[in-house]
Amino acid sequence: MTTHRALLATALVGAVSLAALAPTPAAAETVLKVVKHSALRVLDPVVTTAYITRNHGYMIYDTLFAQNDKFEAQPQMVDTWNVSADKLTYSFTLREGLKWHDGPPVTAEDCIASVQRWAKSDSMGQMLMRFVKDIAAVDRKTFTITLTEPYGLVIDSLAKVSSNVPFMMPKRMADTPHTEQVKEQIGSGPFKFVAAEFQPGVKTVYVKNTNYIPRKEPPSWASGGKVVKVDKVEWIAISDHMTAVNALIAGEIDFVESPPHDLLPILEKAKGIKLHVHNKYGLQGMLRFNHLHPPFDNPKIREAVAYAINQVDYQKAWIGNPKYYQACPAMYVCETPYSSDAGAEGKLKGNLEKGRQLLKEAGYDGTPVVLIAPTDVSSIAAYPVVSKQALERIGMKVDMQAMDWQTLVGRRAKKEPTAQGGWNLFHTNWTAADLLNPVMNAGFNAGGKERGWFGWVDDKPLEDMRVAFAKETDPAKQRMIAVDAQKRAYEIGAYLPIGEYTQPQAYRENVTGLLDTPTTVLFWNVEKK
Amino acid sequence: MFAFIARRTLAVIPVLGVVAVFVFLLLRLSPGDPAAILAGETARPEDIERIRAALGLDKPIWTQFVTWLGALLQGDLGISIHSRVPVATLIAQRLEPTLALASTTIVASVLIAVPLGVIAAWQHGSWIDRGVMVLSVLGFSVPVFVVGYLLIYGFAMQLQWLPVQGYAPIGKGLWPFAERLILPTATLSFIYVALIARITRASVLEVLAEDYVRTAHAKGLPEHRVLLRHALRNAAVPIVTVIGIGVALLISGVVVTESVYNLPGLGRLTVDAVLARDYPTIQGLILVFSGAYVFLNLLIDIAYTAFDPRIRY
Repeated sequence: MTTHRALLATALVGAVSLAALAPTPAAAETVLKVVKHSALRVLDPVVTTAYITRNHGYMIYDTLFAQNDKFEAQPQMVDTWNVSADKLTYSFTLREGLKWHDGPPVTAEDCIASVQRWAKSDSMGQMLMRFVKDIAAVDRKTFTITLTEPYGLVIDSLAKVSSNVPFMMPKRMADTPHTEQVKEQIGSGPFKFVAAEFQPGVKTVYVKNTNYIPRKEPPSWASGGKVVKVDKVEWIAISDHMTAVNALIAGEIDFVESPPHDLLPILEKAKGIKLHVHNKYGLQGMLRFNHLHPPFDNPKIREAVAYAINQVDYQKAWIGNPKYYQACPAMYVCETPYSSDAGAEGKLKGNLEKGRQLLKEAGYDGTPVVLIAPTDVSSIAAYPVVSKQALERIGMKVDMQAMDWQTLVGRRAKKEPTAQGGWNLFHTNWTAADLLNPVMNAGFNAGGKERGWFGWVDDKPLEDMRVAFAKETDPAKQRMIAVDAQKRAYEIGAYLPIGEYTQPQAYRENVTGLLDTPTTVLFWNVEKK
Repeated sequence: MFAFIARRTLAVIPVLGVVAVFVFLLLRLSPGDPAAILAGETARPEDIERIRAALGLDKPIWTQFVTWLGALLQGDLGISIHSRVPVATLIAQRLEPTLALASTTIVASVLIAVPLGVIAAWQHGSWIDRGVMVLSVLGFSVPVFVVGYLLIYGFAMQLQWLPVQGYAPIGKGLWPFAERLILPTATLSFIYVALIARITRASVLEVLAEDYVRTAHAKGLPEHRVLLRHALRNAAVPIVTVIGIGVALLISGVVVTESVYNLPGLGRLTVDAVLARDYPTIQGLILVFSGAYVFLNLLIDIAYTAFDPRIRY
């Protein structure tokens, strides 16, 4: 008994000693602990289009313009702007009080260098630059963009909300070649990056930028007043979804950006946890053909597939709960400004009979379809299985090759025939904000083998429509062109949308003020009580 | 002994040389393109080409190898393709959690498994022996992540005694450091307790049948002295070998535990680097692992001499 008591006493003394050695919490500092959809490693939002890097950009950088929840471009860093009567000269004056995180004021020269660097990487930026004659500083706060001919997407390009976002950087950073990463993390945005605490793939820390002067307007998507209400935001990378969910329920973290749909029932039942979809436009799945090689160099075979597949099958397999998915043939995503069903009549509804008939008419010779299938990305892994089944049911041979996503990313860049390591079909997902019009939607890029996106659609009429859309300054005419472009995209089978889904965010109930966005959840306006 | 240590230390150089060449070639021949990964989803093929050129990945393999080797000989492991952070810094950032978890696991495993194995052998055929064997089979059979989730559910979610995840460096206080290691250590120890207990039992059982143990009993030595001084010491060489192999496996084998408990260690860094085809990081990590393996094997060989005086180098 004495021994037991001695042991117990020793254990208690040990526990108390350990507790005493624990550090005292710092003074009341509000720290928001966040688990994003992936770990941050690349810090330059111009070098990569990765969404996590874009999201990092929103923390520390600001933009000249930004979209509000009506898809309208609003001035952000810009105070006033005007366009000449001939629509060839745009003049921008920056807001008073804009400062870089290291102190100096934001100048017109900084913004010019930033726009030029961004435009070398981004598809909308590249299109814009085809029409730009000159970008010049007028004074410290004012600069102009002079065009060679009227262009309808000048402001929309500068207000682009998804990758690559035209974030403003100091000139010394923006002078870095667009293929090399910037070496500093200095922006003028509402948060400052804490370099000393950055551990790639593990943790990223941001603190409130106390010098930031928010706009007076209420926040709306990425526009309006960016009022920071917490002292610190920590992005903690948790690779295991179950662990992230457990940590949220246990109160160790405050917010999970992308809890997988199969874990949502656990979160729905958990006390103190709120689930909400902050991006109601969500994401769209994409089935992409390789237009270079048989059998999908034949438009009729692409059409056969368009009839055979069923959007609902894909989303049932991946999401399951109809609350979070919908069938929608609009290539620009349902409920967005250019949304339309044009060109999709009868397609994407699982009409196997029609698929078989078209396949027969096309003279399909049994060439196996090399379907490259990622097994490690849960949001895409189910799609190839559904496609395989649909294609086989109309009589196609399918060689589904499993691989990790990064291998697929390398493989899909191969233009060679399948016998030499090429491919015929792959799937991916896009956030709606990347698909809103025929210029930004990569699936519409019809520049062929030299200038096209993977799959290499080569179609002059579609490419002409994209340019016409970009040049058009009348919104009503722009819409007509966008609808025609979608018709054409369906006609040639540029790609097939395979349904839309939304991703709810999960967070503790003491976290309030999260804004709706078309991309990622933004952390200004957020309070933790 | 000194000559042996010197010889073995020098042997590290050709081993690392072969590993360096092998890993370099293997990575370049495996599918995947770091430039495509870095560029992201909407990048066009021409953008990827430009990034590949900026990273020097468009140069012939031998040119890349010579550049890398030249830097390596000057102690430079290179820079991560993705984060642009020096590989040495990345490894240093991730070393502590892995070392902490590996150390606590091996200490806990030895402290639990060796006595269990000895007792099981001593009580051969009894319910204690059967119990240890059942535990051992369970340890081998139940996947680490299942053990992890069960422990999290019980001790972190239901009882709320310990945190679910994360790591606190020892510099932040002993208790924050310890409380985040208890569950990962328990999880990872499960399989090592099974492994070491089984080997200990088998080795001690074999020794217990030897004549000198019978002699020790005949001399009237107390049971614990027979077990510890005669049986365990003579059974130590295979046990030390297994512990040594276990330590070596732990260095890179902690990845599942690190993922389940969100420990930012070398295991996760390795997996992330492989998935991202971050060549310099993978190369640097494998060189470090190889060096550690060689060093551990040297320590095991030296340990043999302590347990068995007949072994001399």
